Amino acid sequence: MQPFELTDLGAGTKEMMLNMGPQHPSTHGVIKFVLRMDGEVVAALDPDVGFLHRSIEKIAEKLSYPDFMPYTDRVDYVAAMNCNFGYARVVEKLMKMEVPKRAEYIRVIVAELNRISSHLVSVGTFGNDIGAVTPFLYAIRDRELINDLLEMLCGARLTYNFVRIGGVAFDLPDTFKEKAIAFLDTLEPKLKEFNTLLSENRIFRERLAGVCVISKEDAVAYGVTGPNLRGSGVDWDLRRDEPYSVYPEVSFEVPVGGGLVGKVGDAFDRYWVRIKEMQESAKIVRQCLEQIPEGPIMAKIPRVLKPPAGDAFDRTEAPRGELGYYLVSDGSSKPQRLKIRTGSFAAVSIIPKIAPGWMIADIVALIGSLDIIAPEIDR
Amino acid sequence: MHYTLRNKLPSTALFTTVDAVLNWGRLSSLWYLLFGTACCAIELMQTGGPRADLDRFGAVFRSSPRQSDLLIVAGTVTYKMASRIKRLYEQMADPKYVISMGSCSNCGGLFDLGYSVLRGIDKVIPVDVYVPGCPPRPEALTQGLLVLQEKIRKQRYLAREA
Repeated sequence: MQPFELTDLGAGTKEMMLNMGPQHPSTHGVIKFVLRMDGEVVAALDPDVGFLHRSIEKIAEKLSYPDFMPYTDRVDYVAAMNCNFGYARVVEKLMKMEVPKRAEYIRVIVAELNRISSHLVSVGTFGNDIGAVTPFLYAIRDRELINDLLEMLCGARLTYNFVRIGGVAFDLPDTFKEKAIAFLDTLEPKLKEFNTLLSENRIFRERLAGVCVISKEDAVAYGVTGPNLRGSGVDWDLRRDEPYSVYPEVSFEVPVGGGLVGKVGDAFDRYWVRIKEMQESAKIVRQCLEQIPEGPIMAKIPRVLKPPAGDAFDRTEAPRGELGYYLVSDGSSKPQRLKIRTGSFAAVSIIPKIAPGWMIADIVALIGSLDIIAPEIDR
Repeated sequence: MHYTLRNKLPSTALFTTVDAVLNWGRLSSLWYLLFGTACCAIELMQTGGPRADLDRFGAVFRSSPRQSDLLIVAGTVTYKMASRIKRLYEQMADPKYVISMGSCSNCGGLFDLGYSVLRGIDKVIPVDVYVPGCPPRPEALTQGLLVLQEKIRKQRYLAREA
């Protein structure tokens, strides 16, 4: 498929302005897109963000370091563990703190489980946007099992507040390992079932083949990260290329889009990378559950955290791309400034570049395949 | 159905009030708007999903406010969003109901400290049922829906209009 060339036929037609959102089933949260339409074809697109600007970065300046942890849950509520993880890491980096090995393993286990549940939401809602409602219900059903596991661990289903600065809040319960492995054993056949339902569905494949291609150069130039970048054929994953925590001790592959049904970097590639990543995350969790050592789960930390004056930046691989925290400390018990850089923000910034020339129905496929989420854009 | 019962039914009269019949119809088909502002939207999705299965209470989602009876305000409402939610509410046809889901839309919740968050959706639109939690579990939202149904059952539209 190719984007349309916009030509003036001299028929005196005018472009139409169309508001998409903030209440729209396929904008994935409260985002508004202002479209200029030439018939059914998009001439220009302008994202209007800020409907979910909750001033999280400003709130960080009012709270002490540990008190801010619950707010990181809400930066990306579909993958709260990964956001906890990133914030804990940046404070530890600023304080030059060593984290016990067992805690690091638990962090990776929960982060990867949460990655699976996040990608399940992503591919499920993507199918829903394209018009396949049933796979969405399958994805939601499987996600409940991960919610059960994490609930067993920390009592919450969505906003966990589980990772602490210097470790994690609770140790793994006795039966966690068996239950997690039992879940992973059921995940593989369920993904197969999901593939027969959606990935190998001819309508779905032909609908997405070659649609809204993001080239390698564009993806890099716009700073797109995570599965969207890998969908464009760039082999880059922080977990492997800038290893942190215990990722060097586990082996996994980094799936890269290869133009399976259309061109490299089309909507299907971005979708397919996420399906593959779920399998890799399952592998990582299995290895971590095998290798996890005994020991303490919290480092010895002072009652009041006062990092030395200075700044630190740390980035981790979250399900929606690189999640960077930049923290400036003035030596007091509260951060002076916290900047959060998220993958969705870069992903939404490339939409105006890709959109012109595509039909409005393809824009829905573009937004769905980029897996953007409102709080990550607005924060 | 039993043979004698089936034979008797066509000539059976049921005694009830018009209000009761109207309310029964309304509470049994509460179609909610597919709309979530923040975190609670994910739990709203799970509530509509296979395990909690909100459909069994007659609540299915609609994508357009024109077709909905129930607005579930799921998540944080910012100042920028508040006017849009008010407009969504006004676009819905009467009779309409509102469930405020989660601490943020009840009172601002965690984001009470922020500078851009509305402290409670009830400052903008009337609310029928508040569901506490951050976010509420699917069971809690289901309970909220049942409470709303009980509320509708007791309504006296015709008596009030007279």
